Amino acid sequence: MLKRYFGKGFSYFMLIFCGLIMVVPFIWMVSTSMKSQTAINKGSVGFIPIEFVNYYAHDGKKELCEIVDQEGDQTVINIYDKDGKTFKESYVKVPAESIKSSKKLKFHWDNYIEAFTKVPFGRYILNTLFVSFSVLIGVLITSCLAAYAFARMRFKGRDFIFYLFISMMMVPQPIYLIPSYFLLTKLGWINTYQALIIPWIANIFSIFLLRQQFKTIPQDLFDAAVIDGCSQFAILWRIVLPISKPILATTAIFSLIGSWNSFMWPLVMTSSDNLRVLQVGLSYFAQEASSSTALLMSASTFSIAPLLILFLFAQRQIISSFISSGLKG
Amino acid sequence: MITKKNYFPFGYILPAFLIVFAFRLIPIILSFIISFFKWTIHGPEEFIGLRNYIKLFQDPVFWQSLLNTFYLVVFVVPITLILSLFFANLLNRTKKLSGLFRTTYFVPTVTSLVAISIVWKLIFSPHGGLMNHVLGFFSIHGLNWLSEPRGIFTLLFGAMGINIPNALGGPSLALFAIIIVSIWRSLGYNTIIYLAGLQNIPEVYYEAAEIDGASKWKQFLNITVPLISPTTFYVLLMTTITTFQVFSQVYLMTGPPIGGPLGTTKVIVYYIFETGFGESQNLSYASAIALVLFFIILGLTMLQKRLEKRVQY
Repeated sequence: MLKRYFGKGFSYFMLIFCGLIMVVPFIWMVSTSMKSQTAINKGSVGFIPIEFVNYYAHDGKKELCEIVDQEGDQTVINIYDKDGKTFKESYVKVPAESIKSSKKLKFHWDNYIEAFTKVPFGRYILNTLFVSFSVLIGVLITSCLAAYAFARMRFKGRDFIFYLFISMMMVPQPIYLIPSYFLLTKLGWINTYQALIIPWIANIFSIFLLRQQFKTIPQDLFDAAVIDGCSQFAILWRIVLPISKPILATTAIFSLIGSWNSFMWPLVMTSSDNLRVLQVGLSYFAQEASSSTALLMSASTFSIAPLLILFLFAQRQIISSFISSGLKG
Repeated sequence: MITKKNYFPFGYILPAFLIVFAFRLIPIILSFIISFFKWTIHGPEEFIGLRNYIKLFQDPVFWQSLLNTFYLVVFVVPITLILSLFFANLLNRTKKLSGLFRTTYFVPTVTSLVAISIVWKLIFSPHGGLMNHVLGFFSIHGLNWLSEPRGIFTLLFGAMGINIPNALGGPSLALFAIIIVSIWRSLGYNTIIYLAGLQNIPEVYYEAAEIDGASKWKQFLNITVPLISPTTFYVLLMTTITTFQVFSQVYLMTGPPIGGPLGTTKVIVYYIFETGFGESQNLSYASAIALVLFFIILGLTMLQKRLEKRVQY
């Protein structure tokens, strides 16, 4: 009995400990994003954005100040104005004992605004949304049609084409990146939205997933529909798609996650600032602002946030999609 | 089957087929052709036969990048495999909060590699990075992580006062940082896949073993490991393929120059990228490297499928 409890306790301890390791980078990212750059440069590593603030206490008042220099028992300070940003008085000599310092919890939300406006992240996000949803619509249309034909129709060369598709799916992106770049150059698509959308509107993996699902639908349903005079397209639209909603949601989620996180392709195929998607914009920002740690962490946070929120809301669905797709594939 | 020939099946496939044909099949065929030519962005210039492949075998940077990728795979794949099976086991045993843990472990899988690479780069920073701060509690100080070209074994044995030859130095500390991030990133997905596999093992096997007096460890070795082997093969294959393609971590965490220090983090996909889109813009040489990667991955896939057929329960 004791051993059993010990085992359970050990399991929970390990799970919690490693769960923390999994999320610590995110927590640290958020906490660093809310520190001031000065505090980070001074070596603030902890998780809580605490700062040391200096006050000049005199005549029963406390005023925020910054220490400039120390001269014997006199301290040279700049006294802040009420807004806490500009100085009311500079280089004031005051007695050292009138300077009090205290810890203060301070969240620098303005880092987010600064990061967001320093480079056009708004534009990048709109680009990403536009590309992601265009790809999503394309994928849903082409996959439903193709999967339906593969699952439910008989025609010459069906299996050959299907296996050709599957073998294409196994080829990793870096392999066809170079020739694709050449091809898109020839098409005049470099630095256009087409380059980010059109090559991705057919997703073999989605076709594969949907085909598996469409195959499980009982034949009786189709026979009945045909007797009632339904056309093939009507069967797909009125019968097959409505009962395949969960798998369609899975396909949509995969497509969105894939588009949102896609990096290498847009990095290669676009160079103009106007067409940058979020990931590419973020990577350029990381090079330009490499010393502004706080801003970098803010930018990373708001790049991760949308997908993270989607994930937290639909986590059950998403995790089970990953499992089912993994085991089928 | 009631058939009614008033439909045109190919019309349903056509949209997907056109895209796959134009943007997958043609590029893949094209990459073979390009690799045999001197080929610029304007098109073919001169047939050069196998010259790119001969150059490849004499190119020390290529071998270095292949070695770096090999290190990555050799470290990431087994560690991920063992850790994810371990966590899946723990998750399978604990009923309470298991949903919360699953979610927590899965978060890195859905977040963008670009953002997490930026975060990890700062974590590994010697100035105010979290990693060295934490290691400080264990009296380990001053590791340069991403700018340390010396191998981890060189450092480890060096700390004990033993000098080992460079060839046995192992991956550089910088590459080891990339290894850590890659494991961290792939752990959640594989744990969840393993968990699904574990839940498919019928409880009766364990009950029978319990009656026979088999210890938990014996049960794990003789029931879990063999019965989970299909999942193991899947996880092995997928992790290997993804690890061979590591790019973003290197692109964002290392450098300048990217792939540094001393080229010890230059992985094969980054070398393809650099050759094709860097200063030289050597499309045909980059295609040749990409094809070597293709055949390595293809070979490993076939090898693993073979092993899977032989080891079946």
